[in-house]
Amino acid sequence: MMYLDNNATTAIKPQVKKAVLEAMEHSPLNPSSVHASGRAARKIIDNARAKIAEVFGAGGADIIFTGSGTEANNLAVSGVKGYEVIVSATEHSSVLKAAKNARILPVEENGLVNLAELKKVLDSCHSREGGNPYSRDGEVLAVEDRPVAMDSRLRGNDTSVLVSIMLANNETGVIQPIKEIAALVHSYGGIIHTDAVQAVGKISVDMADLGVDMLSISAHKFGGSQGVGALIMRKGITISPMIVGGGQELSLRAGTENVAAIAGFGSAVENLQENLDKAEEIKILRDYMEERIKSIVSARVFGEGAARLPNTSCFTMPGVKSEVQVIEFDLAGIAVSSGSACSSGKVAASHVLQAMGVAKPEAETAIRISLGINNTKVEIDKFIEVWRGLYNRANQRNAA
Amino acid sequence: MKPNIKLPIYLDYQATTPMDPRVLEVMIPYFTEKFGNPHSRSHSYGWEAEAAVEKARKQVADLIGASEKEIIFTSGATESNNMALKGIAHFYKDKKDHIITVVTEHKCVLDACRHLEQEGFKLTYLPVGKNGLIDLQDLKNAITDRTAIVSIMAINNEIGVIQDLKEIGKITRERGVFFHTDAAQGFGKIPLNVEEMNIDLMSISGHKIYGPKGIGALYVRRRPRVRLEPLINGGGQERGMRSGTLPTPLIVGFGEAAAIAQKEMPEEYARVKRLSDKFYNAVAREIPDVFLNGDETQRYPGNLNLSFAYIEGESMIMAIKDLAVSSGSACTSASLEPSYVLRSLGVEEEMAHTSIRFGIGRFTTEAEIDYAIEVIRSNIEKLRQMSPLWEMVQEGVDLKSIEWAAH
Repeated sequence: MMYLDNNATTAIKPQVKKAVLEAMEHSPLNPSSVHASGRAARKIIDNARAKIAEVFGAGGADIIFTGSGTEANNLAVSGVKGYEVIVSATEHSSVLKAAKNARILPVEENGLVNLAELKKVLDSCHSREGGNPYSRDGEVLAVEDRPVAMDSRLRGNDTSVLVSIMLANNETGVIQPIKEIAALVHSYGGIIHTDAVQAVGKISVDMADLGVDMLSISAHKFGGSQGVGALIMRKGITISPMIVGGGQELSLRAGTENVAAIAGFGSAVENLQENLDKAEEIKILRDYMEERIKSIVSARVFGEGAARLPNTSCFTMPGVKSEVQVIEFDLAGIAVSSGSACSSGKVAASHVLQAMGVAKPEAETAIRISLGINNTKVEIDKFIEVWRGLYNRANQRNAA
Repeated sequence: MKPNIKLPIYLDYQATTPMDPRVLEVMIPYFTEKFGNPHSRSHSYGWEAEAAVEKARKQVADLIGASEKEIIFTSGATESNNMALKGIAHFYKDKKDHIITVVTEHKCVLDACRHLEQEGFKLTYLPVGKNGLIDLQDLKNAITDRTAIVSIMAINNEIGVIQDLKEIGKITRERGVFFHTDAAQGFGKIPLNVEEMNIDLMSISGHKIYGPKGIGALYVRRRPRVRLEPLINGGGQERGMRSGTLPTPLIVGFGEAAAIAQKEMPEEYARVKRLSDKFYNAVAREIPDVFLNGDETQRYPGNLNLSFAYIEGESMIMAIKDLAVSSGSACTSASLEPSYVLRSLGVEEEMAHTSIRFGIGRFTTEAEIDYAIEVIRSNIEKLRQMSPLWEMVQEGVDLKSIEWAAH
């Protein structure tokens, strides 16, 4: 079986498995218990937290362990109270659905957020008329040259706008210019959250460098185990918990910590460099695959004009529905996906592709290939052959 | 006496339990070769993981007489409790705005209720008697036509008493009010049946039944249908009620733990009861002035919360450090506040400070119990000899008659 669906989940790395099993065999471990076995559990969690802080440039930040990347995203966008929330149209559903009444930012055809549009939305949340009307030299400024002042509707908070834009898209791999976006948002006094769930393990992710205030990650997307994620928050950001109780995780996420999975999370983070070292190799493989596919027929690769994750490719097979493709590939022993895993059971066309202006009939012929650190050129060649065979057969049928 | 046993002896089975090796064994393949995302519908990796999840769902459902369609996997009982209370309150808020719970509930239930109170919901916190049980008449009186949900735990985590779920369920069903029970401590330990007990929502946890941490479930009744607003939104997993990738290996372990609990419940209960009786008889009956907190009969034997009169609580914990025990629930045990559960029972503060919870479970051995009894017996005597209070009592002074100077 050939696994080309690494954005859905990844195989657990051997080192992670070892860390998880060690913690499990070490059980019972309730980190809140004051006796020795409780303290051992606490140490496992503290170590994982320290590694995450180090690797993701999050020294001094708060790291809240959650049950998933979805929960981390929910916590970030629904945990802020009294904020105007702005999200992009191609966000993961865990951001889109959790951010109720959010303003939705359109994206360009290549999947990138339209910065001019973001500026316009930010402007509409603020008023320049109320800003300081004098320049440093004491001259009277025209309204459009004044610094922004918070809209009176939104006053009463230190910052009043939360922008949530993903670092990399799960379906197309398109990478947003988060650093630039963060600077823009901050210039308006807003705060920014980025869903980095798909980016980790494929490109380097550094919270300080990105300049974001909150960042979500999930362990099982880069060799960790399922059942644990984290929201990393700059100190000073205030959010309300969704799950309350025993006061764990700075009272932002109650519940006995998933010690074994967190131990594995720490190990996955520790071994992250292995993934990054292979990124270039994976990118060459991905580009090779796309070239070969396009030499067969004019398949469309989505987000091609933008910076993309090195492992992800979302492209069409003209005239052949995604469902037909995934079944055929599965019969041929190849695991691919027709979109994000969480919605892949549903027949609806991808909201990501629709937001990029792709017409529904074309969107319905797309599949996603997401390579992992263990895929080989031999596998890709086999995939291309199966793809070619499927395309030819389907089109002969269509022609007949 | 130096026993041939590993120290410290783990007697904190309410905080968490060691994983059963049989559980770990079935989980391992799902960490490696069977690693698929159970929501991937386009290939066999996903289907294989999904099949494993569905098998576990059935194992969990079977243990409480539910259908597998009624089990929503969560990250643990804390999330389940939050989801049940907030989910019901928010979904039905237009017609109902009243919630009933009990003062001795787990902290996460009480915290969720406080949050709802801040949002404008009305709360009734039922009192408990000296035995830790509610008066059913209080419950009947508290229900109004604005009541959305009654939340009453099965087994109390600190003192082990069992509320009369069957009678409570009868009342709530008759009055058309949803009944939620936090069964984190009861699931897999005592027979629970959602049909016989008319339970509409039930919170359960994996790591309290020798399964993994990070996994739990909320039972949500389908007939008549209970609806709730989700706590976590996104990909629409778990029938839209709880989004997020399901952790397949943890779920497989949870299912196996439930299956083992179901199969072995009668023998395990008998074994725990025998050890518990032995411990109780030796400690509470033979040593003077040791009191059991909570009802003597309506209780789970694996949880014995004892107060040792005339002893400093902290010195007690230090003295018996060969026993990994707790003076309350784990989540609050770092604070030295006396337990709110014991205070609700009317236990005096002095006594609440000297109470210790002894948890007995699947892997507790007779030799461990014998050793624990010996440790307690010898230390109590030592500590009491150092206690001025004990001396006064021995001299016949009624401590209640003394007026203590404030300090």
